[in-house]
Amino acid sequence: MLKLPIYLDNNATTPMDPRVLEAMTPFFLEHYGNAASRNHPFGWEAEEAVDYAREQVAKLIGADPKEIIFTSGATEGDNLGIKGIYEMYASKGNHIITATTEHKAVLDTCKHIEKSGGEVTYLQVQPDGLIDLKELEAAIKPTTILIAIMYANNEIGVVMPIKEISAIARKHGVLLFTDGTQAVGKIPVDVNKDGIDLMAFTAHKMYGPKGVGALYVRRKNPRVKVTAQMDGGGHERGMRSGTLNVPGIVGFGKACEICMLDMEEDTKRISKMRDHLETELLKLEEAYVNGSREHRLPHVANISFKHVEGEGLLMGFNKNIALSSGSACTSASLEPSYVLKALGLGDDLAHSSLRFGLGRFTTDEQIEYTIKAISETVLKLREMSPLWEMYKEGIDLSTIEWAAH
Amino acid sequence: MAYSEKVIDHYQNPKNVGTLDKSAKNVGTGLVGAPECGDVMRLQIQVDDAGMITDAKFKTFGCGSAIASSSLATEWLKGKSVDEALKIDNMDIVEELNLPPVKIHCSVLAEDAIKSAINDYRVKNGLEEIKFEESVVH
Ligand SMILES: Cc1ncc(COP(=O)(O)O)c(C=O)c1O
Ligand code: FES
Repeated sequence: MLKLPIYLDNNATTPMDPRVLEAMTPFFLEHYGNAASRNHPFGWEAEEAVDYAREQVAKLIGADPKEIIFTSGATEGDNLGIKGIYEMYASKGNHIITATTEHKAVLDTCKHIEKSGGEVTYLQVQPDGLIDLKELEAAIKPTTILIAIMYANNEIGVVMPIKEISAIARKHGVLLFTDGTQAVGKIPVDVNKDGIDLMAFTAHKMYGPKGVGALYVRRKNPRVKVTAQMDGGGHERGMRSGTLNVPGIVGFGKACEICMLDMEEDTKRISKMRDHLETELLKLEEAYVNGSREHRLPHVANISFKHVEGEGLLMGFNKNIALSSGSACTSASLEPSYVLKALGLGDDLAHSSLRFGLGRFTTDEQIEYTIKAISETVLKLREMSPLWEMYKEGIDLSTIEWAAH
Repeated sequence: MAYSEKVIDHYQNPKNVGTLDKSAKNVGTGLVGAPECGDVMRLQIQVDDAGMITDAKFKTFGCGSAIASSSLATEWLKGKSVDEALKIDNMDIVEELNLPPVKIHCSVLAEDAIKSAINDYRVKNGLEEIKFEESVVH
């Protein structure tokens, strides 16, 4: 029996894998020691568990355990990675290159840096959501210290050409930071093969708990250091003070281990469902995929249904299907998604988009239900849409003078 | 955000969706909003010789609250005189539908659409266009 509601918002967060919860449980009530307590078994157990998790996390991304700094999540990793480099390498330069489609945790960190005297170049993306490598290389100057480009985008799922980006970074002696939040655990990420110097990621997007993540910081070729952003007891080799979240870290480790073991199987199954969903929904007239379909995460689809508004569309089924929309007509700002706009999508298409994030626990039955519910709602709302009527009458909507807003 | 039951009801069973002949002299059409803003509302009234609104139709591209606001507006318009219709205030819609503050602009849009439809009707029938204060809520 199909159980409602259906969860298809796995880019926002994933449910925990029960195996992760099982691994964490003893660390709340039995092994509750502080990993920094050196003088008794409680502390030793906790430290041992953290060390083991550090290995599990490192292994998933091909890193050395010493290169993993535990954080509270990807937002903190983005802040620590970017601000930490900016401060540590101040004598070398003050210029950072990033892209307009980054997560707010990166963009707002860069804005903060600009306010404190740094210089940031925001690369535009191409219509497929990927950056232009020539533009990237041209943006590098003698004062450039860091390139910060995400591995995969949270809204449209496009995967950036990280290997090519790192080759350019290396060639010019610039460090590469990447926000790996959406990619790690979903597709193979290897810090050495990919040439990544720093990478932020988080447990709650890979079936682990919320509130724990990591920053990978390269230790060899080159040895990279970041200035701590939090003062305190000097945990995590001085780069991130604060008592370690032992149960969270244990869960994070377990989540990484499972992702590594199940990635191939999961990807096969999930991408098949995603492709089916996409094929069926694209049978609707005037439906378009946003972003590159070729360079894309296997579980994500972002689709615009022209002439229906995303939020109105969601209302047709959001009691039963959890999804998000690129339309932001809800909030104080009437701006639609800046990521979709960066692709060059008109605001109308940006307002008409839905983001599907499938996951490990998505089933064929759920996808069938979703296809049906969304198709029906789109058709129903188009019957109600003045834009659809005009489109059907052959009126070019761009020629209409809309009331000033 | 949770929608009120009345919004959900209008969304699921919208009243008076449709199109009137916009070239007819006794039909007034208001088209407000813009696709860029995520909301476009078209509201039409049909007026008889006595100045009574005998029919009203809408089509809306927008969120559930915008759809509900326009659906409700058409219900209210039917059977009113044009002069009475001018008195419909967006806050009446807000109250009836229990719209939260972020959704007030959806009701403003409905009020604008009513006024714009009335003006279209007036101009078609040789009457003077009524100047309204700019609504500032958008
Ligand atoms: C690309 C990206 N970076 C950073 C974050 C923030 O992660 P966290 O919730 O762990 O702080 C997210 C999640 O919303 C994300 O998708
Ligand atoms: S139409 Fe903009 S939120 Fe309702």
